[in-house]
This record gives sequence, structure tokens and C-alpha cells, in this order.
Amino acid sequence: MKTWMKIVIGIWIAAVIAIGLAMPIGYIPGLGAKARIIYFHVPMSWLAVLAFFMSMWYGINYLRKKDMRYDIKSAAAAELGFVFSILATITGSIWAKFSWGSFWNWDPRETSIFVLLLIYGAYFALRSALEIEERRASLSAVYSVVAFVTVPFFVFIMPRIMFSLHPGGGGSPAPILNSSGKMYMEASMRYVFYASLIGFTGLYIWLFQIRTKIGLLNYNSLLEND
Amino acid sequence: MKAAAAILSKDFYSELRTRYALNSLIMFVIVTLSIILFSTAGETVSPSLSAGILWIIIFFAAMSGLSRSFVSEEERGTAMTLQLWVKPSSVLIGKLAFNSLLIYVLNALIIVAYLVTMPSFAVKAPLVFFLTILIGSFGLASASTFIAAIISKANSKGTLYPVLSFPILLPLLISVIDATRLSVEGGSFAEALGDFKIMFSYSVVVTTVAIVLFDFVWRD
Repeated sequence: MKTWMKIVIGIWIAAVIAIGLAMPIGYIPGLGAKARIIYFHVPMSWLAVLAFFMSMWYGINYLRKKDMRYDIKSAAAAELGFVFSILATITGSIWAKFSWGSFWNWDPRETSIFVLLLIYGAYFALRSALEIEERRASLSAVYSVVAFVTVPFFVFIMPRIMFSLHPGGGGSPAPILNSSGKMYMEASMRYVFYASLIGFTGLYIWLFQIRTKIGLLNYNSLLEND
Repeated sequence: MKAAAAILSKDFYSELRTRYALNSLIMFVIVTLSIILFSTAGETVSPSLSAGILWIIIFFAAMSGLSRSFVSEEERGTAMTLQLWVKPSSVLIGKLAFNSLLIYVLNALIIVAYLVTMPSFAVKAPLVFFLTILIGSFGLASASTFIAAIISKANSKGTLYPVLSFPILLPLLISVIDATRLSVEGGSFAEALGDFKIMFSYSVVVTTVAIVLFDFVWRD
């Protein structure tokens, strides 16, 4: 990534944060000013799921081509996904404190992000328990695929079957997650939201490239030492 | 298919000879159940709580017993022979059949012991309960057989097994616990239908993925 792109990402995210906090937002029934969390919480969850998908994608590529670079990318995506899952959990938990009155109450959405964290934790535990690189690469790739096929049960099926307090479940206001697939936000708010999504996705790509570079350097020095 | 049946009968006979899995699992169930009985002595356990406790016992019993199917092959050094002679999918199907058999026997024991010792656990809707155990145990066996194949190649197998299995099994566990709660509270079949759909689709998806991916785990 070019230097000017990094500077743009920095300024972009700083601007999104400033505008997101300062700009007046329209009235959303049941959410009010707390709806500003949309600018930060939703991009974090989106990146957590995207990173999880990318990790599986690189894992499948490893299984097909047996190229260690894919394994390094798969692990890098999983690490970033873990960080973004934690951030999504924290932002969501703070919001829950002020909207529902408690930091954690096992709402189906909270359960699903918790399971995502557990899966990442198990993925890293598996990686550290396997010493031979090729074996680690193929087994963790297989695990990420198995984990990914069970995720739809949490993210899409359960919150819709069970009653959820999260916006989008059980009649609560739903600016983003709703069955009609539309967004109910004012135009100005929508622009900031999209800008935030783009900014944080850019940040993800930057971090991903750094992490991949470190992984490759480590792997190459390992090969030279052998 | 023939090879899968051969693996099933091989595991069955070696289990009959040593009775390693079944003996230690029965002891495990007795120990766990008595800890629960000690800690709930004098308390009235609500029916929905007792449904959850039942599945805690089943989950950890499965976690301590089912990993053996692949770990023992690695420990005895017989995995290589199987790799040479049998197709990977037959190995998985044979092991899955044995593990399902094991978990059905085990669950029958657990449920009998649990019904006898837990007064608040009385099944009011036998059909719902029976179907829950039938589908739920198979889903449990198929996910944990596949995870067992993964961890048999790793260090610290014993700790890793429940850690890897739990997030994968959670959709199944949530729905079986809900269906068991319904059966204890006397819910109708229609009420539990959503849970059955999740259990069934979960079992199908996980078994399919396991058969597709087993090649990569088995031959590395």
C-alpha cells in the first residue's frame, strides 16, 4: 500500500469519527442519539465476518494449491477478525448497557458474536498445538471451513427464530438488519455510515498487508535457518 | 461401504476385548452425576434447568469418549495401515458409525440414570424427547468424530478436543436443550419443530462437510 493511501485512510477515519460524533442525526424511534454507534459497531461486525470469510477462503486455496503463502494469509485474516470481533463485542456491549440496562444478557446476537470469538480462540489453540507447518496449515484450513458452515446457524437462523432485543429482531427499530433488506436512515447519516464502512475496510486491508508481510518474513527466515 | 462395515466391526471387537471406552465412560457418567446430585442436594431443580444439565453430562461424556476413535489409531501406529488399505471416506463412515453406536448406548445409560436420580426431570412428551435424542446424538457424533480426526494429529489432544468441538456443536446444543426443555414441560411436536429442523439440517451439513474434507485431514 502506497504512503499516500495510508495518510488518506488516517485522515478519512479521523473525519468519520469527528463527523459521526458531532453531526446531528435525525430522530430514530427507540434509539435516539445512541444510534451513533452504527458508525463504529456495524463496520466492526462487518469486518469480523469478512475477515472470517477471507480466512476460510485462503484456507480453501491452501488446500487446493498447497502454497504456504495462503496459510499465512489465512492466519493473518483470522487474527484481524479476532481483533475486530473483540471491538464489535465491546462497542455492542457499551451500547447494550445504555439501551437494555446491562452489559451482557445473552441476547441471540450476543451469543453469536461470543461464538465467533470462541471459534477464533479454538482456531489459534489448534494452530499452536500443531508443530509441522504443512500439517498446521491444512488442519487449520479444514477447521476454518467446518467452523464457517456452522456460523450461518447463529448469524442468520437463530436470531430470527428466537426473540432478540437487538435492532432487527422482534419488532425493535431496525435501521440496518431487517427482513426487507432496506436501510432506514436519513441520507446524511447513510453517507457517514458508508464512509465509515469504506474507511475501516481500508484499515483492514492495510493491517492485513502488514500482517501478511511479517508472516512471510518470519516464514522465509525459518526456511533459511533450516 | 464394505470397508466401512469392516472398520465398524474392527472397532466394535477391539472395544469388546478391552472395554476401554465403555468402562471409563460409565465411571465418568457416575462421577459427573454424583457431583451434580451433591451440589443440588436439598434444592429443587427446575425442569428447564434439568434439561440443560442433562446435555452438559452428555456433551462432556462425548468429549471424553469419542476422541479415542482416531487418537487410538495414531497412538498404536495403525493409522498408516488404514491409509494404505482403505478409502478415506470409508474410514470416516466406519468411525462415525461406531461413534454413533457408542453415543446411543451411552445416552441410553445416561438418561436412565438421570431419570432415576433427578425427580424434577420427568418427560411429558416422549415423542419429542425420543426424536431429540435420536437426531441430536447423531449430530453430536458426526461433528465430534470429525474434530477427533483433526486433533489426533495435534499435541495436547485432551484439552484441545472440547475447545475445538464446543463452538462447532453450539448450534446443535442450543436446539437440543430447547427441545429437551419442551419435552419436559410437555410441549407439543409442532412447538419443537423449529428445533428439529435446526438439528436435522445441522447434522446433514456437518456430515457432508466432514465427508468432503476428510481427505485433507487423513492424508497429510
